Amino acid sequence: MSTYESVFSILGLEAWCESGTKESSGPVSMADLLAQNAGTDVPPPSIWELPFPSMDTLHEACGAFPQSRALTKGIENGFLSIKDGLSFVLDPLTQPLSWFLEAALWLFETTPWWLMIPVLLVVVLLVSRSVKLVVFVAASLLMFAFIDYYSFAAQTLAVIFVCAALCVVLGVPIGIAMSRSDRLQAGVIPILDMLQTLPAFVYLIPLIFLFSVTEPKLYGIAIILYAIVPVVRLTDLGIRLVDRDVIEAADAFGMTDHQKLWKVQVPLALPNIMAGVNQTIMMSLSMVVIASLVSAPGLGVLVLRGIRNLELGVGLVSGLGIVVLAVILDRTTKLALARISAGQDR
Amino acid sequence: MEAPTKIEIRNLYKIFGPDPRRALEALRNEGLGKPELLEKHNHVLGLEDINVDVKAGKITVIMGLSGSGKSTLIRHVNRLIDPTAGEIIFDGSDILKCSTEELRRIRREQMSMVFQKFALLPHKTIAENAALALDVRGIPRAEHIPAAEKWLDRVGLQGYGDSYPHQLSGGMQQRVGIARALTSNADIMLMDEAYSALDPLIRTDMQDLLLELQQELQKTILFITHDLDEALKLADHLVILKDGRVIQQDEPQTILLEPSDPYIVDFISDINRARVLRVRTVMEKTDATDGVNIAGEIDQEENLESVIAMAQGDTRKTYLVKDGSEEVGILRMEALIKSLVPTEASEDGIRSQ
Repeated sequence: MSTYESVFSILGLEAWCESGTKESSGPVSMADLLAQNAGTDVPPPSIWELPFPSMDTLHEACGAFPQSRALTKGIENGFLSIKDGLSFVLDPLTQPLSWFLEAALWLFETTPWWLMIPVLLVVVLLVSRSVKLVVFVAASLLMFAFIDYYSFAAQTLAVIFVCAALCVVLGVPIGIAMSRSDRLQAGVIPILDMLQTLPAFVYLIPLIFLFSVTEPKLYGIAIILYAIVPVVRLTDLGIRLVDRDVIEAADAFGMTDHQKLWKVQVPLALPNIMAGVNQTIMMSLSMVVIASLVSAPGLGVLVLRGIRNLELGVGLVSGLGIVVLAVILDRTTKLALARISAGQDR
Repeated sequence: MEAPTKIEIRNLYKIFGPDPRRALEALRNEGLGKPELLEKHNHVLGLEDINVDVKAGKITVIMGLSGSGKSTLIRHVNRLIDPTAGEIIFDGSDILKCSTEELRRIRREQMSMVFQKFALLPHKTIAENAALALDVRGIPRAEHIPAAEKWLDRVGLQGYGDSYPHQLSGGMQQRVGIARALTSNADIMLMDEAYSALDPLIRTDMQDLLLELQQELQKTILFITHDLDEALKLADHLVILKDGRVIQQDEPQTILLEPSDPYIVDFISDINRARVLRVRTVMEKTDATDGVNIAGEIDQEENLESVIAMAQGDTRKTYLVKDGSEEVGILRMEALIKSLVPTEASEDGIRSQ
């Protein structure tokens, strides 16, 4: 009936296969059905049609052999069986994230626009020290307000501020630890690679199982996992790239490891760390849009509405709004970065 | 009068490679050289059986070409590099047996270092850089900045305290490096090719600055260089290193007059001897000054160049040599001229290859 039956009979596993056949009531291939109807066996396939001995092919030959869907099913069941334990641990651990997000959203939503916009402008001025940029930001924010997109944009900013800040708070220490231990670095880099390449949607699936969709931490975690990578990487890299001569001088003058880290390594790595922060903010922004699928508020919701209801105008305007936000965040952090780097020119 | 020894380096070995201890055994038992060790055991011989006394208040210069191990050697003194075998005795105790704490205290309070590439902190001002050693010790800013400013003035950087390193030229940056070492108030200054990255005129300037400061401060200085002129100018005691081995160490003039190795002969053949040799090494020690036509008096520490200038090139004159007020001998210009003829460059030396 199947190409690989003989393999199992040679291995003497016929009995084992037989035991499986009765239980298996999985779908039957079209060829088999046709053969059954015709009352004849399918003619033995030529060598050109030899199928790869995949799980499904082998299952055909031997009923006890698991099908490939058993693999994905198994993973799912495995995850579901540890789910309760996992959420028992993770739920309280991640609860502060929900509080932060709720507080930030509340702050951005309840602060009246005539207070919020000037405050944001002052922040931009302090960070970037560029009047030109402040003018651009003022124009953009007023435009958002004028076209009634202000509250959405404010929500998006609130989520980004919280998530990017947490990325820095968590990511910089991880990066510092990595720079000091080659073994830790070797262990963490594959995880970072995976976080960076895993399609953004895939983060959301297990998170939906673990937390309720109404909780802000659900999208908070998804954003942080996705956006933390650059700040970790560039902190590690920045500290490793600090001039060896300067490190030697620090040693020669008897600095402790702690002094060396805070007086030499971190300040000299700051341009790289800031480049990481810039990337982290940009990645938070891109994830906050995708995370609107799991109830993240903000402009992403409008993009999603545009797709769902084919509201072309809403989709385009909110999409362009995201671009404007990206430009604001990018320019502000880049100018801060340029200022820090200029101080260290050699 | 002999100065007391501040740092004694005893039988110091450094071998680079995965298993330096085994390589050291092989080196001692089989008597291998640097190339054989690399070939047979795949280990690099950094330093081999180094014995050097660094005298208190003097400038000890270690000279060698690149790859001779001189930078490796100086880093052993404050243990930036740990040796494979040997002892470094500093004020009576072995630095290599120090705990991390003791070592850190020595580095903070008793040794300072000047680097070839300056190694200033780019994000700190000049004054903050110069005050680094005090800052590391936990001395508050209100005290350490004035102390740093004082030394910056002394090395000729008045008014630069608030600039940043990248705003200064290389020569000025190295002045900051020296001010940083001086501000630490350590007895010992380790100078690792401190002037090699500077251009010749500035280098001469900095050498004069160092000699001037040294007259005043009497620090114990260990100076590394690849430049023989610089070594001869600065050294009270000169150590010549080749392939990780000391091939001669002595007073510079002795090395110049009695080179012990063809390698050194090659080295010194181009030197302006008149500038290095001093009156006391070429004079006649005698009390019999009667019947000699004395043209004038000179101090025994003067170099020959200044004597030639004084005699205006006249080779028939004879001078009375004094050590302070005491007469110690006479110097004939004839003898002086003879001493200027260099030892011939060796036949099988590096230059004839």
